[in-house]
Amino acid sequence: MKVADHAERAKVFNEDEKRVDWHDETLWFVRHKRDLATHGIPEWEELREAGSQIKNHTLSNLNQYLQDFEKNALAKGTVIHWASDAKEHNEIVLELLKKHQITEMVKSKSMLTEECHLNPFLEANGIEVIDSDLGERIVQLAGEAPSHIVLPCIHKKKEEIGELFHIHLGTPKGNADPQLLTEAARQSLRNTFLTRRAALTGVNFAVAETGEFVVCTNEGNADMGAHLADIHIASMGIEKIIPQRKHLGVFLRLLTRSATGQPITTYSSHFAGPAAGKELHIILVDNGRTRQLARPDFRNSLKCIRCSACFNTCPVYRRSGGHSYDSVIAGPIGSILAPNWDMKKNADLPFASTLCGSCTNVCPVKIDIHEQLYKWRQVIVKEGFVDPKKAIAMQVMAKTLASPTLYRIAGKAARTTLKYAPFMVNNKFNAWYLQRDMPEVPKSSFGEWYSKNRTNND
Amino acid sequence: MKVALFIPCYVDQFYPNAAIATLQLLEKYGCDVSYPKNQTCCGQPMANSGFGHLTGGCNRNFVDNFKDFDYIVAPSGSCVLHIKDHLHDERFPAEAKKIRETTYELVTFLTDVLKVDNLKASFPHKVGIHQSCHGLRGLKLAQMSELTAPAFSKPVHLLNMVDDIEIIDLDRVDECCGFGGTFCVAEEAVSVKMGKDRVSDHVLHGAEYITGVDLSCLMHMEGLVKREKKVIKVIHIAEILNGGVQ
Repeated sequence: MKVADHAERAKVFNEDEKRVDWHDETLWFVRHKRDLATHGIPEWEELREAGSQIKNHTLSNLNQYLQDFEKNALAKGTVIHWASDAKEHNEIVLELLKKHQITEMVKSKSMLTEECHLNPFLEANGIEVIDSDLGERIVQLAGEAPSHIVLPCIHKKKEEIGELFHIHLGTPKGNADPQLLTEAARQSLRNTFLTRRAALTGVNFAVAETGEFVVCTNEGNADMGAHLADIHIASMGIEKIIPQRKHLGVFLRLLTRSATGQPITTYSSHFAGPAAGKELHIILVDNGRTRQLARPDFRNSLKCIRCSACFNTCPVYRRSGGHSYDSVIAGPIGSILAPNWDMKKNADLPFASTLCGSCTNVCPVKIDIHEQLYKWRQVIVKEGFVDPKKAIAMQVMAKTLASPTLYRIAGKAARTTLKYAPFMVNNKFNAWYLQRDMPEVPKSSFGEWYSKNRTNND
Repeated sequence: MKVALFIPCYVDQFYPNAAIATLQLLEKYGCDVSYPKNQTCCGQPMANSGFGHLTGGCNRNFVDNFKDFDYIVAPSGSCVLHIKDHLHDERFPAEAKKIRETTYELVTFLTDVLKVDNLKASFPHKVGIHQSCHGLRGLKLAQMSELTAPAFSKPVHLLNMVDDIEIIDLDRVDECCGFGGTFCVAEEAVSVKMGKDRVSDHVLHGAEYITGVDLSCLMHMEGLVKREKKVIKVIHIAEILNGGVQ
């Protein structure tokens, strides 16, 4: 059973301390930009509350809003597909491509397709997929997974990207000029956009009252793909629904201020029905979302709008890197979503946190992330996905701390050991001592001092 | 006013001076203070590790020790938050509820209940404040940097009454130090890196001391400071408020 994997991978990440500093400072800069953007909005906390309440309401009436959305989208000529899991989603995409004899597809950012592992599935079925978001294209060329949901290649330095582009796009060796590299990606992707007959996009918000959906990008890559292709497939998790178009006035203000500190995404594009002679398909995917909805302690994780503010503020994420989570969605939100997908595989993630609570404070839809991390820990232990040695140690500790007599003996023993036989504690088997000294041993405990110095001791 | 002193287990064992300072401070302000001698631990180490179901013994012992007081005061935000959020006892549900409502972290007790408006203390040093997360985001001891809301700080309010003290600014005012209970050993590498970065921020801004309301965080940073032979020291806020280093 994997138990401490995040810790092990984080340890490897921490072998290069300068790189950890760079990763931490880069993401802290984004958190700082977020602060500047949000602190400039006097009603920011009310906006978060509004976003939270709209999402709560929607989740409580999800069945109705999904049916409204389907009806209104169908009326605009959009084709609606329902997928209960990743497999069904991937097969729907493949069927659509096969029907039109398409073997090449361009895809903009979609964490859902990462969740469904769509790319490897399509590639195994002879379909070439090119990711058009610059960061996603970089990790695709590197053969890696995104390490961050908004900044997929944030773990890569520009020199590494220069090397990658030299190999794959023929840029000059040793050139890491961001403008040159971006231009090379632009030229390469332009050709892709012009020649692809199918484009897949994600969905940021789907409006029940109109049957339209909104895709937010900074690069315009979703629009380029979708408008030039004959078939536009949009994949969305069923929690992306919002009741009315006016609610975008809340969510579009929250999303990018929380994500990058911008007032709004460069492109917030509305898609409402296919253009003449073209097809628009929406795949509504469950893939465990209704299961999460049925867990009272965890259902409100479905309010997430994938802004990544919790990643950027998380002191653990910044110092362990996205890949240390080994999960499609890393960071604090990933750590409360992933146990729902696979509790055994992701049993380590709710423990990859100090429960500092900063994630909860930055969340634009007020998900109680750190409280859910605490609750997942309880569930995971009860389900038995915990190191048996840790379980025994906890039982001993619980028994000792429940008994004043045992506690006094243990406390005295600990202080005595540290004082007279520090080698018993100060060794490589003690994770505290590897890089930290133990506290100095006082002459007596406070309890002992109190007995000698105060008479009203009951 | 009958006040029970709740001294967290690791403070009892390793930092008795902070506990003594807490006791003396409360006595100075006229509280009738007792230290229930059979207290042990709030149960947080088990609960935060996912073993909340094993905390029944600690809960019952806590209720037995603390049910007969007007207030319970501890020099710790983290342990107090655990009691306020999680203490329960099927034998005495009403008493457990009262304990949850009347347990205070020391600084909050001084500012909100005793409404302390002057201190006889001097601490002629440059001091950096470590905002322990449970005290900050759990007990709302100060405004949190993430929120768009008016600034306030109960620890600073009290420290400003100390003569000769100089409170330094930090680059990151309320980032976690990485202690995190069992996190500090389970995620040793990240925990240490977080702690080193916090200490560096204080050192960079010229602090001679790092103070705070939670010795758990301070113990973690002290461990790193001593290993790296840095000159900066840690001190619990109670010791400063009680008059400075004796």
